Amino acid sequence: MQSLTLESVTEKSPSALAQILPRLHVKACTGGMIVIAFILVGVLGPAFAPHDPNKQELTAMMKAPEGIGTLHVLGTDNLGRDIFSRVIHGSRVSLMVAFAVVFVSGLIGISLGAISGYFGGKVDFLIQKLVEVIWAFPPLLLGITIMAFLGQGLFNLILALVAQRWIPYCRVVRAQTLSLRSRDFVTAAQSLGSGNFTIIARHIIPNLIQTSLVIGTFAMASSIIAEASLSFLGVGVPPEIPTWGTMLADARIYISTAWWLPLFPGLCIFITVLGINLLGDALRDLLDPRLKRTGSGI
Amino acid sequence: MASYLLQRLAGTIPVLLLISLLVFLLIHAAPGDPTLMLLGEETNAAEVAKAKERWGLDQPLYVQYWKFLKSVAAGDFGKSFKYAEPVTHVIRTRLPATIELAIFAICIATLLAIPLGVWAGARPNSWIDNLGTTCGLFGISMPSFWLAIMLILLLAGVLNILPTSGRSTYGIAGPEQTGFYIFDSVMQKNWPAVWDALTHLFLPALALGVNMLGILMRVTRSSILEVMSEDYVRTARAKGLREKKVVWRHVASNALIPVITVVGLELGTLLSGSIIVETVFAWPGGGSLLITALNARDYPLVTGLVMTYTTAFVVINLIIDGLYAVVDPRIRY
Repeated sequence: MQSLTLESVTEKSPSALAQILPRLHVKACTGGMIVIAFILVGVLGPAFAPHDPNKQELTAMMKAPEGIGTLHVLGTDNLGRDIFSRVIHGSRVSLMVAFAVVFVSGLIGISLGAISGYFGGKVDFLIQKLVEVIWAFPPLLLGITIMAFLGQGLFNLILALVAQRWIPYCRVVRAQTLSLRSRDFVTAAQSLGSGNFTIIARHIIPNLIQTSLVIGTFAMASSIIAEASLSFLGVGVPPEIPTWGTMLADARIYISTAWWLPLFPGLCIFITVLGINLLGDALRDLLDPRLKRTGSGI
Repeated sequence: MASYLLQRLAGTIPVLLLISLLVFLLIHAAPGDPTLMLLGEETNAAEVAKAKERWGLDQPLYVQYWKFLKSVAAGDFGKSFKYAEPVTHVIRTRLPATIELAIFAICIATLLAIPLGVWAGARPNSWIDNLGTTCGLFGISMPSFWLAIMLILLLAGVLNILPTSGRSTYGIAGPEQTGFYIFDSVMQKNWPAVWDALTHLFLPALALGVNMLGILMRVTRSSILEVMSEDYVRTARAKGLREKKVVWRHVASNALIPVITVVGLELGTLLSGSIIVETVFAWPGGGSLLITALNARDYPLVTGLVMTYTTAFVVINLIIDGLYAVVDPRIRY
């Protein structure tokens, strides 16, 4: 027994990749399929939704799910609105918010991180102080405060979520830039007379894409949950836009009478986030095992 | 090490100052006049002006901020608009509930996550590892408020075995001393009240803890995997120690060091998670108070709460830093 474990330990390192590959495969496939389905439903779904998500049908209030092939597949809510159509429309908001947040915070975080790491000195100090201050807020608290004072709305929501989500990019990118800036290809570009910003854009940032991709997936998962949380608390998107978070908030008072109201929107959030996390795990194992300890980035 | 901690402590002061400025500006940049909100729309200009003067809202922003800063430094956030009581007093009555909830959530998370993570990491690719990894992934992907709703639906609605709102059944608890119900009831030897408080606490703490459980389990597992290939583990095995002893004495004690940092970091997530979970379970803590205060545009109370939460977060991270050096003798500041 002892010798067996010893052998397995010594043999492990060279074939480490071979050992994780099958697992990676399952993770990447499951995660990838869920994410593709999420994007497809978000983009195309609303065109195929059987009902108008806001149409109130007072004769068909609080109908339990009737199964596939019926009028209201997942039932209706307290105002007679079709849950299935609302869930489909909700995915579009989640998709839009998630992509916008990841894109904008990536842009800000990578740029500031690269500038901070490349120039150092005062610029670095200022940017890092800003990072420190914003990072001192418990996550979500800053979002709630911003939303509460700026008011509901899609734009404000994206702003509130970006406010903290650029930080992980900034920190990791800064650390990597610190080591990249002393590499030969940067020195070569400098001696050929390239400007600082050309070097950052052409030589530094392309080297940071892989890492940022991994951070981006986890940021996407966390922003979907955060969007739903803010909408749930009533400080997210305006109530006339159906989202998974607002559906859950509406469902709260009917928990004991209508189980289908909270079940389906929550299940959508859970499965989508699970898929993105699976994909993120697989990407991280493949592209950048050093990021292992950053967790989910929530 | 003491000098390092002092240095860190001094470093938090500018951070806290900037946070207070940010909160102050954010609140005053907000649309909607708090005076109108409190007095109602049908007040005349004279009344509004009088109220503004009373609350100091008629002065320029920098004067307001300076006054605010001075009083905050003295631990005074002013009077709550809504409760007409000092903000510190309102917060003090609600905070024990949040702390109690957070402590139990951390207990649930660590007590389940660490054994599961160690077990999974010690036997990679076994069934227990697959189970642990799945649990971890489910934990980090589960929105805590949905889990809270589902727990209410299942355990309270269908099975009807646990209470779903509040901290205790009315009239069962003795006189309040510290505000920590379980502690108070234990001190008063009021065992039915202890049990009652625990049953109220269980569901919210579980809903709050699951997220942390997922993250801790994943970190523990990967940390164990890393340490398993260290030379001293091979030495321990080579001298004939049983596997169980190798894992717990030599691997776990070293692998758990990064886990402590993650507990500290995740406390922030836990604090913000508590805002939602408290709202779902009508838990009378700081989180649900924040939502009430925000809806009422109760500026002093919101400022007080946000400052309390962020300061707590900064201080906790400082403590974790110090703790880090205590558990890992290799770290010297």
